[in-house]
Parts: sequence; structure tokens; C-alpha cells
Amino acid sequence: MFLNQFLFFAAILFSIGVYGVLTRKNGVLVLMSIELILNAVNINLVAFGALHQDISGQVFVLFVIAVAAAEVGVGLAIVLLIFRNRRSINVAEADLLKG
Amino acid sequence: MNLLLAAEAVAVPTVFNYVWLIPAVMAASFLFILFFSKRLSIKPHLVGVPAVVGSFLFALVIAFSWIGYNGDVNEAQAGPISCAGGEVAVGGSNHDTEAAAEGEGEGEGGGESGHGEQRFSPCPVVNDVTWFQNGGPASEGGSDITVGTLVDGQSVLLLVVVTFISGLVHVYSTDYVAGDRRYTHYFAFLSLFTASMLFMVLSSSTLQLIVGWELVGVCSFALIGHWWEEKPNSDAALKAFLTNRVGDIGLLVGMIILYFGAGKTFDIVAINEAAISGAISKNTLLVAGLFLMAAVMSKSGQFILHTWLPDAMAGPTPVSALIHAATMVVAGIYLIGRLYAVFFIGFGISGGTLNAMALIGGITTVGAGALAFVQDDIKKVLAYSTVSQLGYMVLALGVGAYTAAFFHLFTHAIFKAALFLGAGSVSHACHHSFDMKKDMGGLRKFMPKTFWTFVIASGALAGIPPLAGFWSKDEILVGAGAFPGTGGNGTYWVPFIFGMIAAGMTAGYMVRVIWLTFFGEYRGHETPHESGPLITTPLIILAFGAVFAGLFNIPEGFPVLGSRIGEKFIRWVEPSGISSFPTIGHAKPSVALALLATIIGLATGLLVWTYYSKLYAKDKLATEVTGGLRDKNRLARAGHKLLVEKYYLDHLYTGVIAGGTKGPVARAAYWFNQNVLDGIINAAGTGSTIIGRFVYRFIDQGAIDGAVNASGFGAESSGEVLRKVQSGKIRQYATLMFAAAALLAAVFIVAV
Amino acid sequence: MMSSALLAIQSTNPIALTPNELWVINTFFYVIAAVGIVAALKMVTTKNVVHAALYLLVVLTVVAATYIVLGAEFAAATQVMVYIGAVMVLLLFGVMLTRAKIGDDGDLDYDSKWIGGLSAVSMFAVMGYSLWEAFGTDELPADMAVQRTGQVANSIFSQYIVPFEALSMLLLAALIGAVVVARRD
Repeated sequence: MFLNQFLFFAAILFSIGVYGVLTRKNGVLVLMSIELILNAVNINLVAFGALHQDISGQVFVLFVIAVAAAEVGVGLAIVLLIFRNRRSINVAEADLLKG
Repeated sequence: MNLLLAAEAVAVPTVFNYVWLIPAVMAASFLFILFFSKRLSIKPHLVGVPAVVGSFLFALVIAFSWIGYNGDVNEAQAGPISCAGGEVAVGGSNHDTEAAAEGEGEGEGGGESGHGEQRFSPCPVVNDVTWFQNGGPASEGGSDITVGTLVDGQSVLLLVVVTFISGLVHVYSTDYVAGDRRYTHYFAFLSLFTASMLFMVLSSSTLQLIVGWELVGVCSFALIGHWWEEKPNSDAALKAFLTNRVGDIGLLVGMIILYFGAGKTFDIVAINEAAISGAISKNTLLVAGLFLMAAVMSKSGQFILHTWLPDAMAGPTPVSALIHAATMVVAGIYLIGRLYAVFFIGFGISGGTLNAMALIGGITTVGAGALAFVQDDIKKVLAYSTVSQLGYMVLALGVGAYTAAFFHLFTHAIFKAALFLGAGSVSHACHHSFDMKKDMGGLRKFMPKTFWTFVIASGALAGIPPLAGFWSKDEILVGAGAFPGTGGNGTYWVPFIFGMIAAGMTAGYMVRVIWLTFFGEYRGHETPHESGPLITTPLIILAFGAVFAGLFNIPEGFPVLGSRIGEKFIRWVEPSGISSFPTIGHAKPSVALALLATIIGLATGLLVWTYYSKLYAKDKLATEVTGGLRDKNRLARAGHKLLVEKYYLDHLYTGVIAGGTKGPVARAAYWFNQNVLDGIINAAGTGSTIIGRFVYRFIDQGAIDGAVNASGFGAESSGEVLRKVQSGKIRQYATLMFAAAALLAAVFIVAV
Repeated sequence: MMSSALLAIQSTNPIALTPNELWVINTFFYVIAAVGIVAALKMVTTKNVVHAALYLLVVLTVVAATYIVLGAEFAAATQVMVYIGAVMVLLLFGVMLTRAKIGDDGDLDYDSKWIGGLSAVSMFAVMGYSLWEAFGTDELPADMAVQRTGQVANSIFSQYIVPFEALSMLLLAALIGAVVVARRD
């Protein structure tokens, strides 16, 4: 097994996630794409953990998963708030910071 | 090995295992008052006062056990003790020979005072529980994070002082803040303040010390800003908090240096031992010591970071008494004493002539003493006096007079509490004013109890024999070792001279306060009245203390009393002959020096007295001379202005440093906005004007206004382009972020 | 009792895989990786929000399978439970609560997709180049040991105890934060 087959798989997932974040207007879909990015990172961590036979890789994956769960919780709360205020979760419309 | 066995033969009193109860009771009192007192409609002082009295009684039990244990160990012990249980074998043996040599030397020097033989104190009694192991057990390179109590002479002393002063402040407060809008909140924080200080005092590791240190800071913030509705009060609280943050950085850095220097341990005993045995290099100790000095400077109000302390007078007066006498400000002194080996070795105190600590202490004691002369607010005079006395303590520690410093801390706590509570009583009578010149004068007739206690405490502060302050101040001056025939740890001429000047100043400004407050004619309106018994009783107790507290450590050579009750601090508080405390020399008391200091004090006091009585003879309501030296001599006027403006330090901090960083940044941003950004837009505008003109001329020669339109359009569209960067659109920001990340990564790949 | 059990876990002998077994595992990985990439692409392009969530489910499962291939059993189990169990439910709640259109929705994407495409491709180019430069055809050790749950527990509760405690504070803060933000008042 090559190390790179996992790393490239992760890189592809990461890039797809970036594409999703940049093209999606729907807030929930943006959050989903962010999950994709986080998962790509996790694959890297596990792959390097396997390469060095070090348990830390897995431990960090657990931490990332926990942080991601927290992020989804807060993120969805924000999306809900936006929806309640504007009857829409189109992030393209949330541009009050316009200069 | 036999020595160790001998040391272990004396059983450690089991009561030391329960010393954690003291802060725990106060913390419980805080929680109870905060959460249940109102709901169960129990008066908060009915919780706070019993809790603090109980703590005080238990602290006394601890103190007596310590005294007994101390004596037993000293008798059973024949040689120096290693406190780490043999872990520092090499360093320990080095230390033994050193200690023996020092002991001989001391025998020669201190022969007259009659304690030629080496004393042996017990090791600090540490009770730790491991909270968690960081990075595995200690054997695998991790370090244990422990929480626990450390009982030794120093912490026992502070336990007694803190609970004693806090108890009196609690009682006093029941009358003083009665009817306050946040009475419950006040008592809750009084409890927490005491608990934090006790927690800090008992801490066995540096980590725990930091926690206690910060808790004390937070409580002082809450109490100084107790009446936060008025802007100056909340400002003062913020100032105290922020100034302390400056020093806290020093504390953190210093502790981290010591953590790694001592081989990854937070244990205070271990750090001290490592410092003495040479496991931490002298340079490391010096750097750590300097960082820790920053913390001491902020917490204990040493010069240049002392500015928060006088402003902290905005809090209720009993709180000021607590802060200034027993808790907050002595934390810095306590820190130096706790890690004394670090400072002692790092600053090379033994055999030196001057070091950073002694110099800072010396400058503080004189600088603050001078400031006390120009204050009109009675509490501010006392505040500067506290700063000055703290300078004394730091100076004492700086010259190696450890015992003298803690003796002074002890006596100062008592008489300064008496002074602050007395000032509170005065202001209670004068309708909550603290202005000596406007609202006071002649109060002697109206409030005799307050007057007499205040005079006694002032005498103690000024060092008039035989009051408490005389003994402790004298010991510090002797400890500097500069006066002929004293010979302490070195010859510290500069600190000694600073100390002598300050001794004179203290008497001067205290006479000024007493005159302005209690003598002359009453300058306020309505008749003042003596305060109630809840206020005067603590005053009387403290006044008794101010008279007799000095007897604890009078020199052994003193006739009759000396051999019976003298030098208790050297016996009970100062650790000697153990591996976690440096061997410090003791200076020989000097009658000539005591006389000289007393004469200087009395002379200054008399001078100020004459000044005010002459003034009174001229005009019964006058508080200052008009057309005097200040108005005639420009130099004197400048000096006075300098003092009134507090050496311009506040201007330096808010005006120069804060303003200095704020102003240029704002100006630079404005300049960038005006010149660069506008320039780009203008240039783009001009460029498009030219193009537009050219194109329009080409298409429509006759349209003159086309050029105008084009220039307008050009400027607008170029602005539009730049404006689009700030679109507020999430997607654009995200794109920029990812694109920039990719770009930077590419640059990185190419470059590396 | 306890310590002997831990000892047994730590002394698991790694067994080298035969070429045959390796081939099977590799093939399995390539198949699921292809499935995962396709599902991910569908997820970011589909016009139906609910479908996107289901495609994400597939990707997450593939990632869990990848963890198994790499011998990270506990991470895989957590992936299934936390992501596929909890996070997916949360996301579907999000879809429901925001009244997403059931069926195709024409207004899910920006019009100019090339910006996102360009960014993603350039990121992938940078990453792919550096990965290839750095690791080329490096092999994972053939006698790769399975990383046991007990080891993970040992590591978390000794070496990583402080981050672990900090994380619990973060979760608490996120919980309170989410309640405060989403509360109706």
C-alpha cells in the first residue's frame, strides 16, 4: 500500500470540499462541504499515524471529530438564525458587511 | 543517614493535614453568602463573621502546633536536613559544608546576641494530592500536577495575620457598610478575597500559587469597584486589574523558567532546593528572579507599577484596610519569601553591595514617602505610606534580612489596618469625605477613641520606640549591614541610606496627617460624632497590637525581656539548616543605629509639627502657607508640582505609552488612507479621464462635456472596482482565502 | 488485572500481510475511494438538498472504511457513530428546519462556478505536486499493527489529558453557544 494513495484520496476530497464551499449558496450545503474538508484532513492524520505506527494520529482524529461536531452545532444554529431573520438561507444574500 | 532518621523521629502533628480547611471554610462562606444568604434571608455577616473567626482560631491552633513541632525538631536534630528525601544528594552535601561554614561565621558575628549554635528548623510540611499527570508519570518524563498545602513558618505567619485582620475587617464592615445597596455581594467577596489569599499562602506548587495570585487580583477588582456606578471607581478597579496584568506576565514567564530550570517541577520545595544545590544555573535564576520581580512590582505596588494602589482607595475603606494590610499587596512579599532561594542565589544577595530588589525597594520607599506629603485625601496618604512600607519590606528581602522583612510585614499589617480603619471611622464621622483639608480638623475632641488609636498606630508606623514599628524597622536598617558594626549579608549602603531617609519621611507625613485631621479647628460642616462600638472595638484591638506586636522579635541582647521572649521570628518563622532555604546571615543589633533612626524620625516629626502649629497661630483655618517657599522659589515649586503630579507616571502610562501607540497607528492608517488609497483612485481616475478624453474626441469631437462625464465615470468605476473587494459576500472572502492559501503554498514549494 | 489486560493490548504482535491479502485490501480501497470521490462530486453538484445529504452519508462511510483499511478501528467506529449518526441527523434537521425544497432546487449554486472550480483545481495542483514530491511511492509498513482502542484510551488519558479536558470545555461552550444563538426570544 502506498502512502500516497490515501493522501491523494484525501487531497481530492479536500478540493471537492473547497469547490462545494465556493459554489454552494445554501447554508446547509456549505456546512456539508466543510465536513468534507475536515474528513479529508482526518484521513491524512490516520495515514501518517499508520506510517509512523503512532497512536497520536488517531487521537487527533477523535479531537477533530469532536470539534467538528461542535462546529456543526453552532453552524446550524447560525443558519437557523439567518433563516428566521430572512426566511432564506442563501448565504449570497447575507452581505450586510458590504463596504 | 542518622540525621535523617533523627529528623523523622519527631512526628509531624496531624493537624497540619487539615490546614486546607482554613481556605475551604472561607470559600464555603463565599458560596453560601452568594447563593443562599438572600434566599434564606440570613444576614450575610452572620455567615461571614463566624467563618472568619473559626478560621482564625484554627490558624492559631496551627500556629501553636507549628511552634511546638519546630522546637521538637530543633532539639532532636543535630545536622542539616535534606528536604527532598535524598534526591539532591550531591547538592545537599555541598550545602551541608557551606551551612556549617556559615554557621561558624555567624557564631563569631552574632556572639553577643547569644545564639552561636546553628538552629535547625523542620522541613516545610507538604500535603499533596496529584491532580493529574501531564505526559505520563514522572518516571517517564512527564510531570505531576499537584494541589496541596505547604506549612512552614512563613505560611503559618500569613495564615494568622490574614485571618486576624480579615476577622476585624469583617466585624468593622458590619457597621461601616450597613445599609449598602450590595451588602450581600460585599460580604461574599470579602470571604472570597480572604479565601483566595489563604489559598495562595498555603500553596505547595508554583502553579497553585499563580491560581491564588490571580484569584486575589480578581477579588480586588470586584471590591475596589464595589461602587461601580461612579466612573472613577470602576476606572480604579480596571486600573488595578490591568496594572497587575503587566506584572502577571512576568510571573508566568518566571514560573515557566523555573519549571524547566528545576527539571520540570512545579514543586516549591524542589525548586528552592534546585536553586541552592546549583542544579539551576545562576544566570537562569537571575533571569527568573527579574521576571518575578515584575510580578512583585505590580502586586506589591513597587515603584513604577505602584500607580494602581493609591487609586484603589476608591473601594470601601475596610477593603482598603484588607488590601493594604493583609492580603493583596503582601502577596508579592510572600512570593519573594516563598522562592527566596531563587532570589537569594540569583541576585547574589550574600556578600553583595546592591541588587535590583534592594534598589527597587529603596527607590519605592523614598519615592512613595515623598508623595505622601502632598496628598489631601487621608486614605491616599495612607496608601502611599503602604507603598513606602512595602518598599521597606522588599528592600529588607533584597539585603537578605528575610526575618526582618516578615517581621515588618506582621507589625505593618497590624498598625496599617488600624490606620485605615481609623481613617474609615473619621470619614464615617465627616459624612464620607476623605479630604483632610476641607472636611476635617480638630476631630480630637469629637472622637477620642479613634484619635488615640490613630495616634498609637501612627507612632508605630513612624517607628517611635517602644511601639511595634520601631522594632521591625530597626531590624531592617540593621539588616542592610552598612551601619558600622552590624554586618548582615553584605554592605548595602545605598538601600541603607534610602531606608534612613524614609524613616524620617514616615514620621513627617504621619504628623501632617494627625495635625490636619485631629488638631486645629474643625473645617467641615455639622458636628462630627464618634463611631459605634463595632467600629471602635477593632480599632482598640489593633492599637493594642500596634503597641505589643513588636515584642515578638526584639533582639535577644535586650535587657530583661530579650532573653525571655525575644527573637521568636528567628525561631518560628525563619527556616534554618534545611536544604530548601538559603543560609542567611544575621546582623548584629546596634543601639547607636536605633537611636539615630529614632532621632531622625522625631526630628522630622517635630519639624512638621512646628510648621503646622505656626500656621495655626497665624490663621486657625489655614492648611497651607501662602506666600511661602513654594511661591518664592521656582525649584521648590517644581518639586511640589512633580509630587502633586505623582512623578508624571500616570501621564506617562495613559498619555505617552497608550496615546503614543494609539496616535501614530491611527495617524499612519489615516495617512495611508488619504495618500495611498486616494492616490490610487485618483490616478485611476486621471488615467481614465485621459483615455476618456481621447476616446470621446475620437468619437464626438464637439462634445466638450463628454470629458467631464468620462472623468466622473472613470473615478466612479475605479472606486467601484476597489470597493468590490469589500463586498460582504461570504463566497468572495472564501475564494480569496483559498486562492491565497494555494498561492502561498505554491510560493512555498517554489522557494523551498 | 487491569494492568495485565493493558499489557496484552500493547504487545499485540503485528502480522505481515501476504501479497495476496495486500492485493485484496488495495483493490477494496481503490473501489471504495472511487465510490467516495463520485459521491463527493455528486454532493457538491446535485440540485437536491436531501440528495446532497445522502451523498455526504456515502462519503462519510467511505472515510470510515478507509480508517479500517489503515488499522484505525476506534476512529472508524467514532466516525460511524458521531458523523453518520449524530452530525448527519443534525444536518438533516437543518435541511428540514430551513424548509428546503423537496425535489430539485434551481437556486442552490452561484452562477459562476468557474471561480470555485479554479480555486479547487489550483489547490489540488499545489497539494498533489507537493505530495508527490515528498512521498512519491513510499510504502506503508507491511507489518502495520492495528491500533487498538486500549492504546487510544491510554494515550488520551495520559499524554493528551489537557487537550481532552480543554475539548470538553469547548463542547460545553458550543452547546451553550448554539442554544443562545438559536433560541427564540
